[in-house]
Amino acid sequence: MQITPLGDSALIIRLRDELEGPSENALDEVLALHDCIKRAQIPGIIELASAYTTVALFFNPLAVIAAGAEPDRIYAWLEEQIDRAVADGDGQAKRGSPSVVEIPVCYEEGFALDLDEVSKHVGLSPKEVVDLHCGTEYRVNCLGFMPGFPYLSGLPSQLATPRRAVPRKDVPAGSVGIGGAQTGIYPMRSPGGWNVIGRTPVRLFDANKIPPALLHAGDCVRFRSIERDEFEALLK
Amino acid sequence: MKLSVGSAGFLTTVQDLGRPGFRRFGVSVGGALDSHGFRLVNLLVGNDETAAGFEITLGGLRLNFPDERLVAWCGGEFDVSIDSLSLPAGRAAAIRAGEELLIKQPRRGCRAWLAISGGVDLPKVLESRSTDLRSNFGGLVGRPLRDGDAISLGENSSWAQSLLDSLRQDRIASWSAPPAWAGPAQALPVLRIARGTDWDRFNDSALHALLTETFTVSPDSDRMGARLAGPVLQRNDHVDLVSEAVAPGTIQVPPNGNPILLLGDCQTIGGYPKIAHVLTVDLPIAAQLRAGDGVKFRETSLTDAHRLLHERECDLEQFRVGIKLHAP
Repeated sequence: MQITPLGDSALIIRLRDELEGPSENALDEVLALHDCIKRAQIPGIIELASAYTTVALFFNPLAVIAAGAEPDRIYAWLEEQIDRAVADGDGQAKRGSPSVVEIPVCYEEGFALDLDEVSKHVGLSPKEVVDLHCGTEYRVNCLGFMPGFPYLSGLPSQLATPRRAVPRKDVPAGSVGIGGAQTGIYPMRSPGGWNVIGRTPVRLFDANKIPPALLHAGDCVRFRSIERDEFEALLK
Repeated sequence: MKLSVGSAGFLTTVQDLGRPGFRRFGVSVGGALDSHGFRLVNLLVGNDETAAGFEITLGGLRLNFPDERLVAWCGGEFDVSIDSLSLPAGRAAAIRAGEELLIKQPRRGCRAWLAISGGVDLPKVLESRSTDLRSNFGGLVGRPLRDGDAISLGENSSWAQSLLDSLRQDRIASWSAPPAWAGPAQALPVLRIARGTDWDRFNDSALHALLTETFTVSPDSDRMGARLAGPVLQRNDHVDLVSEAVAPGTIQVPPNGNPILLLGDCQTIGGYPKIAHVLTVDLPIAAQLRAGDGVKFRETSLTDAHRLLHERECDLEQFRVGIKLHAP
């Protein structure tokens, strides 16, 4: 574990340097670290945000000073708190099994803007691409890029396809894409460079709900192939 | 009775102190890019510092007031007037029903923040009234102001009301905020930075260039970040980094070597190396950078960053106490 500053109001706790080994372990370790720091309720902390191998901790330096840290030892004070939280966290309740969320996706023409390119690139038929994409369980590593956008790990390696050389100016909301070794879903209309192979009618982000996102870091995701009729019906 | 937007200008949005707490859902913090100045102008008009106001980019805003209000603004070098009365930055002024507030284009700087007593009264979305322009929610239905919009205001606080009563003659309050807070725009500013996680991934000439050369703000800069042109910053290694958190103030360097100084609407995570971070106390200056401006960087320590932040907060507290004493 390594703690490095992210400017003067945040720090990053890094579990490992590179994405080594099966990423599922890394994710579970990161989530356990996140939970343990959250439980410790360190004063002055605004929020935690985990990503692949890191937990970022955002704090208000003034609130940390108010909680007892000397103004010239804020990082040292936070590191002590984090170390204590981690030590106390050993043996604490672990997360239960992750929730499994099924996402219906229509992989048909009109939605699957880049399915032919992906199919050519990976040397499989479009149907084989879809079957592989649906036949796998993914995990949400983190949400980012835009609100509610899940970075999913677990894409079968045969499906890995580099991002488009020229990003699309306008990717429709709900588009399911492949970007390198990852797959993800665009919650809203946006520019983007991932290869779009289908579209879901499910809403992944709604700012008027708490929580605003359908998915959370750690969730398991399965895609289910649906036909256009069901897509239209679910959209209503 | 609503505030009526005669002219919305180049880009005017409703902002407050942003929506921290939702990063894990990929939601940017956003909010006024100069949060310190924004707190200041709210304070000047007797609002809670979390009240919503306007962020005005490059001016051109005309507002017609339905009733009597206190107003105060801060930011770049803008000419601001209430009908024929010129209003300097960092001063509270009384505006009467039917009068027009005009914010012209800035001579220097990029943005201004306007607080109105009672605050902009719009529903909160994810605990904030800030406009998220990239995802189109919050503020005025997730979009910038348009000509002809009508916007509800909250009620004047009793403090604001008594100050309004005492400003019937003079119109503009006699006290003013420190000039560095009210008007942070500078010609060729030097922003103080602390080393970033990936500092050591850059070669010596890149680090030397970052600390000595002038960078120029590119036209494709926005609330997400100021894109900088100048010396190309090259790395020692070419390791693909795993995406992790970034924050306003982070200077990240994409593969083309042109740094991007992230601002309030930046994404929550990023995969580009982070060479440095601009100090929180210097973000108000960074928020004034516009296309074509030059900017330089100077290294400082995080200990200094925290000391400066602490000092500024103590000064703001003193200012707050001072203002309350001035209250009629």
